[in-house]
Amino acid sequence: MAAEGITDTMRDRVVLGEFGVRNVHTTDFPGNYPGYEDAWDQRRFEEAFRVDIIREEEGALEFDMVGIDAAIANAFRRILLAEVPTMAVEKVFVYNNTSIVQDEILAHRLGLIPIRADPRLFEYRNQGDEEGTEIDTLQFQLKIKCSRNPQAAKESSDPNELYFNHKVYSKHMTWVPLGNQTDLFPDADFRPVHDDILIALLRPGQEIDVLMHCVKGIGKDHAKFSPVATASYRLLPDITLLQPIEDEAAETLQKCFSPGVIEIQKIKGKKVARVANARLDTFSREVFRHENLKNLVRLARVRNHYIFSVESTGILPPDVLVSEAIKILMGKCQRFLNELDSVPLE
Amino acid sequence: MAEEGERKAALETVQADGTDGNCVTFVLHDEDHTLGNSLRYMVMKNPDVEFCGYCITHPSESKINFRIQTRGTLPAVEPFRKGLNDLMGVCQHVLNTFERSMKEFRAQREEEMQ
Repeated sequence: MAAEGITDTMRDRVVLGEFGVRNVHTTDFPGNYPGYEDAWDQRRFEEAFRVDIIREEEGALEFDMVGIDAAIANAFRRILLAEVPTMAVEKVFVYNNTSIVQDEILAHRLGLIPIRADPRLFEYRNQGDEEGTEIDTLQFQLKIKCSRNPQAAKESSDPNELYFNHKVYSKHMTWVPLGNQTDLFPDADFRPVHDDILIALLRPGQEIDVLMHCVKGIGKDHAKFSPVATASYRLLPDITLLQPIEDEAAETLQKCFSPGVIEIQKIKGKKVARVANARLDTFSREVFRHENLKNLVRLARVRNHYIFSVESTGILPPDVLVSEAIKILMGKCQRFLNELDSVPLE
Repeated sequence: MAEEGERKAALETVQADGTDGNCVTFVLHDEDHTLGNSLRYMVMKNPDVEFCGYCITHPSESKINFRIQTRGTLPAVEPFRKGLNDLMGVCQHVLNTFERSMKEFRAQREEEMQ
C-alpha cells in the first residue's frame, strides 16, 4: 500500500520541497510503470476530462481544465498569447502632423490601440500587397486641430478652458469605409475598444491629419496583435497534513498559508487544524521557515488540473478566444496531415 | 523525400542511409514548442514508439526537428500520423466540452438571476 502511494504521488503530484520542486516532468508513458495502462486511449481521456467554468466577468474568464497534460494546456496558452489573430493599425499615412509627438512615435501608439473589429470577418493581406483591398483592410481617419478658446477667462491657466481639442483621444478616430464595406458590414461599428485612450496633446495651431490602415495579424508578428491582456494558468494546489496539528501549532499553521486555506476546528476542547480550501493558496512556503511544522505538511500540486485565467483586451470575448485557440491547434495538425497525404509515397 | 516545387514545404523528412524507415527525423517549418511539445506527448503515448523527441535547431529559425524511432519494423510515419490524429481528437473533445460547459454556466447564471 505504501509503495503504491509513492508511485501515485510520482505520477499525479508535483511536490514542492523546501529547496526544490520534485516530480516535475510527465512520466506516465507506456512502459514506465509496470501494471499501469498508459497508452493513449481516447475513451479513457474523455471519461476523465472535464471543464469547470468558475467565473465569467466583463472581459475575464476563469475556468478549470481537469485531466489534460501540461504539453497541451501550455499549447493553448501559447496560442492564446501569440497566434489568435486580431485587427490592428499597421500602416499610418501622415498627411499633416505638426504636434510635438514625432510621426513614428504617433504611428507606434496608434498601432497599440485595440480595435473592436471581429478578425474572423477579414482575410490576411497578401504578401507584397501595399494598398490592400476591402476584404483585408479597415481604414480609419484621425483629423484634429487644436484652437484657442476666445471665451476663456483672462487669468485662467487651465488648458481645458483655454483650448479646444487639445487632448487627442481614441474616440476621435473615425471609420472610413473602403469600397463595398458599407454593404458588407451594414450594421458594423468599427472603432477602438476604449474611447478614452490619450494619443497626443496639442496646443493651438497644431494639427494631426492621418489615415490608418488596419490589417489582420498575430501576436507572434507583433505584440499589438495579441488579443489577450494576459492568459495564464496555474496548477491546483494540494496541501496534506501528514500528522494531526493542534493548539498553538495549528494557529501558526493557519498564519503560514493564505487566508481561508486552513481552518481551525474545536474537537473535544482542542483546536485542530484542517485543510479547508487549498485552491486559495499562493504557496509562499512560509511553513518551511518553522522547524516544528515543516515536516508535518506536504505541499504539492495536482499535475493534471489547470486553473486558467484569460483576460481579453475587449476585441473578442474570452470564451470565443479560447475556442479560437483550440481551433488553431486543430488547424496546425490538419496542415501536417495534409502535407503527409500530399507527399507521394515512395 | 523532400517536397519539390515552388511553394515552401512545411514538412520534410530526413532519413539516414541504410535504415528501413523506422527511424526518421521530420523537419517541421514555421513551428515551435506549441505544436512540438504537444505532438511529442501524443506520440510518446504510443506503445510502438521507442524514442520520440523534438528540438529547435536555432532560435532564429522557426523550424523544429522531430525525431521518431519505432520498435520493430513499423514505418515512423505511422506514429506521426497517429499522433496528429490523436491530437486533433483531443482538441475536438476539449472544444466540445468547453463550449458545453460555457452554455451550462450561462444557463445556470440566468436561472439564478431570476
